[in-house]
Amino acid sequence: MKVQFSDISMRFGAMDVLQDVTIGVEEGEFLCIVGPSGCGKSTLLNIAGGFLSPAKGTVTIDGDPVTGPDRRRIFVFQERGVFPWLTVEGNIGFGLFDLPDEERQRRVAQYVHLVGLEGFEKAYPRELSGGMKQRVEVARALAVNPDVLFLDEPFGALDSITRLQMRSELLRIWRAARKTVLFVTHDIEESVQLADRVVVMSARPGRIRRVVDIDIAHPRDLSSRRYIELRDLIFGEIGLAHQV
Amino acid sequence: MNVTMQRPTQHATSSIEHSTFEKLVLPLLTVAVIIAIWSAAVKFSGTKIFPSPIAVASAIGTLGEKSLLWRYIADSLTRVFAGYAVAIVAGIPLGFLLGWNASLARAVNPLIQMLRPISPLAWMPLAVIWFGVSNAAPIFLIALASFFPIVVAAMNGVRNVPPMYLQAGRNFGLSTWQLMIHVVIPAVLPRIIVGLRLAFGIAWVVLVAAEMIAVDSGLGYLIIDARNAGKRYDLVVAGMLLIGVIGLLLDTGIRRVEEWISE
Repeated sequence: MKVQFSDISMRFGAMDVLQDVTIGVEEGEFLCIVGPSGCGKSTLLNIAGGFLSPAKGTVTIDGDPVTGPDRRRIFVFQERGVFPWLTVEGNIGFGLFDLPDEERQRRVAQYVHLVGLEGFEKAYPRELSGGMKQRVEVARALAVNPDVLFLDEPFGALDSITRLQMRSELLRIWRAARKTVLFVTHDIEESVQLADRVVVMSARPGRIRRVVDIDIAHPRDLSSRRYIELRDLIFGEIGLAHQV
Repeated sequence: MNVTMQRPTQHATSSIEHSTFEKLVLPLLTVAVIIAIWSAAVKFSGTKIFPSPIAVASAIGTLGEKSLLWRYIADSLTRVFAGYAVAIVAGIPLGFLLGWNASLARAVNPLIQMLRPISPLAWMPLAVIWFGVSNAAPIFLIALASFFPIVVAAMNGVRNVPPMYLQAGRNFGLSTWQLMIHVVIPAVLPRIIVGLRLAFGIAWVVLVAAEMIAVDSGLGYLIIDARNAGKRYDLVVAGMLLIGVIGLLLDTGIRRVEEWISE
């Protein structure tokens, strides 16, 4: 297992947030974690990222316990994590401070290209749309060549059209870069579109209710019977009737 | 990615002429109206004490001919910049420390918040005892006056750096020191600049008051001396106007620096 959560529990003050979460993520896998708000899914990701220590249990990556943040596994926030004082280039090259200039520039150019931001290298984040900023963040994370990416509702602040585009972008990048991805979202459709497996969490204290294999090949047909079946399965699991 | 994207153009050219008119002509019109009202009020009230605009203009003219005025301006500027520099050198590092270290802030912040509302002018008697009638007294008062807004701006700035910037910085393996240089300082710079401008405004106000008491040169002294020496209210108003104009110029200068830093 690339990432192994073993028996993770977490509490904030008197509040139990996570209870006995055990799940393994395979190398190169795209795992989505869905659940109602406050179910501790972001907390779980922060524990894996080394930003929080669990009250109980361990996370290991490649068999080594996680003790703190590490540049081999990068956390991607909503596009608000982009540094406003740096240009697109500056942001993407941020984690490459220990590389010689030439190598750094080469790497920045490579990831500018990967996320399709050519021509915007010298632009500041305030000149960019939300989707473009999000691409800067993804590129900044990928540029240090991590083996795991943690994405915490990365597209939550984008409009629905941009969100759809970003999903296919992310899948394209994931296929090209072959990273292990842990993706937290409250959007069930999003999880079924992206993931190899979907972890469905219960309301607080968060527990794993079910792990659903998404056995549909990419590119996924969003009106196929299997897609709708799996989506409704997860809706049902979370306790939502799929009706408005 | 096949979505077409365009960099936004910086400014629409059509609004430039409009804004020159609004920025220059309108304020000048206001000044002209005020001068007219002032002139008429002096004339129709028949006051013997309050000077007319023309008397003030000629007073500024006579002052300008003497080297004394230039010396006073130079003295005032030296004091304000000296005090301001002391406040920056002491205030920014302290603000960073307090913003970064929450327990230290809890220990020191109440004291700062208690000292802050005391008008710097209330320190005047102590300043005169400590420094006598010398440059050091107004410099001390100016430093004190501008110190608090700078400390508070730096402290709040550091405290309010979005946590995800710090988290991202740590994630990429930055040490605390690198985090300061590459994340915290650039993140708080805009707020600190605002604090610096605010502090300078206060420093300029305090300077004039301090010069009325603690020294015998400078623009504040010019005003108090004009009144005490011969009830020369034309010189008093001239001094006031000079203080206003120089203050405006300095503030404009700082705004330019502010715009330049925030690009």
